This record gives sequence, structure tokens and C-alpha cells, in this order.
Amino acid sequence: MQDLTFTHEVAERATGNTKLAITGVVASGNLEVLVERALPEKQCVVKIRTTVRGFDPVWKAVVDGFVERFPTGGLRFSINDGGARPDTVSLRLSQALRLMEKTEQ
Amino acid sequence: MQLADILASLFPDGHSIKADHGLLYGFAPLASGQQALVVGVSDRTAVGIDQASTLSRHILDDHSGTGPILVIVDSDSQKMSKRDELLGLNEFLAHLAKCLIFADLHGRPTIGILYGHSAAGAFLATALATRVLVALPGAEPAVMDLASMSKVTKLSIEVLQEKAKTTAIFAPGLDNLAKTGAVHFIWNEQESLASQLAALLADLPGSDDKRDLLGVERHGRTKAAEIAERVYAIARES
Amino acid sequence: MSVSTNTAPQATGARQVSWYEASARTRVSQLLDESSFKEFLGPQEREMSPNLKSFDLPEQFDDGMIVGRGLIKRMPVFVAAQEGRFMGGAFGEVHGAKLTGLLRASRDIGSIPVLILFDTGGVRLQEANAGELAIAEIMRAVIEARIAGVSVIGLIGGRAGCYGGGGLIAGCCSALAVSEQGRISVSGPEVIETNRGVEEFDSKDRALVWRTMGGKHRRLIGGTDAFVDDTIEDFRETALSLLADTRPFTLQTLHEEQARLEWRIQQFGTSADAIDIWRSMGVDDAAAIPEMTYAQFTAAAQKIRRPNHAAR
Repeated sequence: MQDLTFTHEVAERATGNTKLAITGVVASGNLEVLVERALPEKQCVVKIRTTVRGFDPVWKAVVDGFVERFPTGGLRFSINDGGARPDTVSLRLSQALRLMEKTEQ
Repeated sequence: MQLADILASLFPDGHSIKADHGLLYGFAPLASGQQALVVGVSDRTAVGIDQASTLSRHILDDHSGTGPILVIVDSDSQKMSKRDELLGLNEFLAHLAKCLIFADLHGRPTIGILYGHSAAGAFLATALATRVLVALPGAEPAVMDLASMSKVTKLSIEVLQEKAKTTAIFAPGLDNLAKTGAVHFIWNEQESLASQLAALLADLPGSDDKRDLLGVERHGRTKAAEIAERVYAIARES
Repeated sequence: MSVSTNTAPQATGARQVSWYEASARTRVSQLLDESSFKEFLGPQEREMSPNLKSFDLPEQFDDGMIVGRGLIKRMPVFVAAQEGRFMGGAFGEVHGAKLTGLLRASRDIGSIPVLILFDTGGVRLQEANAGELAIAEIMRAVIEARIAGVSVIGLIGGRAGCYGGGGLIAGCCSALAVSEQGRISVSGPEVIETNRGVEEFDSKDRALVWRTMGGKHRRLIGGTDAFVDDTIEDFRETALSLLADTRPFTLQTLHEEQARLEWRIQQFGTSADAIDIWRSMGVDDAAAIPEMTYAQFTAAAQKIRRPNHAAR
């Protein structure tokens, strides 16, 4: 197991007001992403626990790309990874973000 | 301890228990004056649909009895065969467990006595479906043997044995099962089993399932009780 | 909480999605009335298995078990759902304890039924003793709840099937609904083959696996109350009808179940294969059963004489 944490100062607060969302499953080649609206509005944290060691630069590139592309301020992403490919990780992150963008009454 | 010696020590006033194709059935008078129904599995017999339905039949046939039900076990796992699964082994094993648990909750306390092996589905349908499970020192319960576990986990048996030294959570054996709370008491085979049974019946734990709390006390299964209790509390308030 | 449903929401019935393909969370959210599900000890609590780390295995935030409360056609229900893709839906310490706690609460409340969405290979080997004992505790809790007058309904149609101790818990339920994909068995195909040889059971013969353990056979032989199509909608409708048809769990139930099971051994105990059993039940074209569509199969199944399947 390897733990990684990426903290970003970001320009924009994530839209919507959903407090919590989860997507994916921990299985071989897959991952789960839990998102909580729990941080200051200009901060985004992505915490990863992965079964595959030594892919720090790949994770960094995926997370950098994600926070650059989307407004993620205020969100903490927690990932349990079962060895997913980078494109699967990107897909799950944006799925999770989309769930948070909903407006709940 | 051999089965005959166990029965002789448990029932010094005699008994009518017979072993037939690995299944035990009969009655025995207890010191309290009650008559116990005794069912069980011997000679490391696998429990398939025929065995399970015979045992549940014995329990249901004695529905007017009032004494405790003793379940004496030295079994294999469930019978692994096409025929048993084809005919719905899960229903037969569940039915046996239901008969035992139903009796226990309706005034006929069930006591499991594990004196040999038991595993997997057979263990669930017999010994683990009783209110109190006691074991004799030579008992060797195994949910799963290390060889099968090694195959699934892709870890060598040596690595598994090493891990088993620090946790009771996965490895076979009486001590591990006792630590997790599955086995309530380990009896002393040097002393009269009849008097140990009488003492147990005189101070019988309630029918509430407390095995998760035993697991905490014995440091073998530390989290289950807390999780169940928290879910229970939230659900009650919901 | 928001849940990914893995499908684009469509104007016409998102519930038409396949139960088999859906995640546990999708099943729960679409089985219940919209937005009615409230999870207990959800993933944000991070109550994960304490026993996987030493095997260097990844944890899941909910340990593969989702429990909570919701509404089905405005009726309150407790729900437990296993995620069959995480560790094969296997029972571990935390996974099992969540269901135990839920069942004990239903027993003490006495008026809220429980739906169990099974999807399991049985005991999680890395925590085998805790998993086995969790199953024993769940079986007892199911029976206590039923004696207290609570219906416990099992829904089976997931990828992992309902194997091992999961099959025993299912056998303790008040009623079951199973789809064609929902296999129920104690020993899995590979376990039988490993222990008894390929002559006893060829686990690679998928047709043999399905006709011995699959939902169609379970429906015909009386191992389940209802056979459902592989859609969340059909599971929902069937759960509703099973909830409406509750019976007390008494000594009489056990006597009737004993009779029903003994009858089965007498009738079919010497049959070598599922097809022989179906033929002796009077199914017109027994060999065609595995290929039949849902509609064809339910029509064929309705024609055969059923013993008292309800006693369980």
C-alpha cells in the first residue's frame, strides 16, 4: 500500500452544494472516490491509497490536470485504488465532481 | 477424547444415544432431572442434505420435549457434491439452524459441544447455531484450511502461519475461534463433564447473542461489537 | 448523499437497468423511492476492515456493505446491500457486523421489514473466523427478527451470486426473489471441483453451473418464492409483493419446511442432473429451459405443480 496526498490552492469554489458523494468500487483496475465538501473554498485535497507503489508522478499528473480543468475549491477527494489506469482515475474524479455539482434542497 | 468416553462422562446415569452413519441421536437424563435431547455429527462426517434433514427431523419430532438440546459435533465441512447443491443444500443447512435457534428461543436452550473438527457450512448449521458452544481441548474447528487460504490469497502457508501468530482473525484452530468469541468455554476433560454441564445449565447465559462482546473481551475480534452497536443505535433512532 | 448510477438518467424508467450490472449503491437508490435512502455508518465514517491491511489489500470505505433505511412505495424499510465487486462481496468483520446491527434493530422495533440485497462469495478468507462468526450472528439475528414478526426478504441477482454462508443466510429469510443470474449454493463450483474432482463437478462448464445453481432451477425446485427479470424495476415490484404477503414464523412453519425438504429428496434424490428433475416435474421441454427468455420461462414454470414452497 502507498499513501499519497496532493493539496492544491485553487481559484474557484466547486459549484453546487452537495456535501458528500461516492462513486466507483475497489476492485482490480478500478477505484472508489469519496468526495466531501469539507475544506476552505480555495483549497482542494486529493488523498490516495493505492495497491500499486511507485506511480507518484502519474498520480501527480492526473490530479494536476483535474484541478486545472475543473473548479474544485472546498472539496476533499479520498481515493481507494485497486490499480486503476490513469484514464479510469480521471473518469472517476470527474464523475465524482459532477455528483457534487448538483444542488440539493 | 473418544466419543464413547465423552458420552459416558457427560451422562453417568446412562443414555440412549446411538451413532448411525455419522449422526448422533438419543436422549439422556441430566442431574437436574430434565431429559436432554442429544443430536450431533460424529466421525468427521460431512453434512449434506440427508444428514441435515435427519437431524432437523429429530429436533422437530421432539417438539413436546422440555429439556435442553445438546449438539455434539465432530464433522467435516458441508458435503461438497453436485447432488447436494442441486437439491438446495443451503435450504437444508439453514433449516437445521432455524430448528435449533427456534428451539433455543422457545424454552429449550441449545448447547453445542465441539469435540473434533467442524468447518464452513456444517459448522454454521450445527455448533454455531447453538446458544452456548463449549469445546473439548482436542477440538479443531477450521473455517477454512490454510492450504485453501494460501491458494486464494496467493500467500505461502509459511507466511500465513507467521501472520497467524499475531491475529486470531483467520487461522484455523480452537484458540483462534475461542478468541473471536465463537467458543464460549473450553471444558476440562480431566474432570467430570456431567458436573461441568450441570454448572453451565445452572448458570446459563441468556439467549441474547453476546459472541461479539466475547470477541472484544478476548481481543480476537475487536471491531464487530462496536459496529453492530452503532448501526443498531442509529437504526433505532432513525 | 449523491451516488453515481453508472447510467445516464433517462426520461423513461432508469429502473430498467440491469440488476446484475448495477453497483450495490445503484440497486439501493433505484429500488427505493427517489432520494429516500438514508445510510447508517456511511462511507464518510471510513469504518473499514481492520484485517485487510496486513494482507496488503485495499480497503473500501463501506467495507462492501451498505446499510440504512428508506421507503418503498412510501413504506419504511431497512436495507442492506453487498457490493459483489469488492472482495467478491465476501463477509468480513465490519461488513457482517453492519448487517447484524441492522437486523437486531429491526427485531427490537418489530414493524420495519428488512431487504437484504445479497451479492456474495461467502466468507472473506483473510478474516475467515470473523466472517464465519458474522454469518452465524446474522443467521441468528434474522431468525430473532422473524420471530418478532419482522419480514426479512432476500433479493439475489448479482455478479457474485449468493454462495457459502450467504446461501445459509438466504435460507433463513422469510422470502426470496431471484433472477436467472442469481446463483444460490453453499459450495461454489471451483470448491466442489477442487475437493471432489472434475468428474464430480466441472466448474468450467458454465451451462452446468447455471442449471445446477442458477435462478431458474431454484425457482423450479422451490428454493425461492419469486423469479424476477433482471431489472431493478422488477426486483422492486417483486419486493413489494413479497412484503405484502407476510406470514408468521412458527413451529408450524418449521414442520412444513421439513416436509417440503423431505419431499424434495424423495422426489428428486436420485436425479443426476437438473434437466432430469425438471422433466420429472412435468416441464414439457426440460432441455430448453436454460435458453428460455424470462417470459417463456415464467409461462413454463407456472404450468408445473408446486409443492408448498412458502414454508421457509
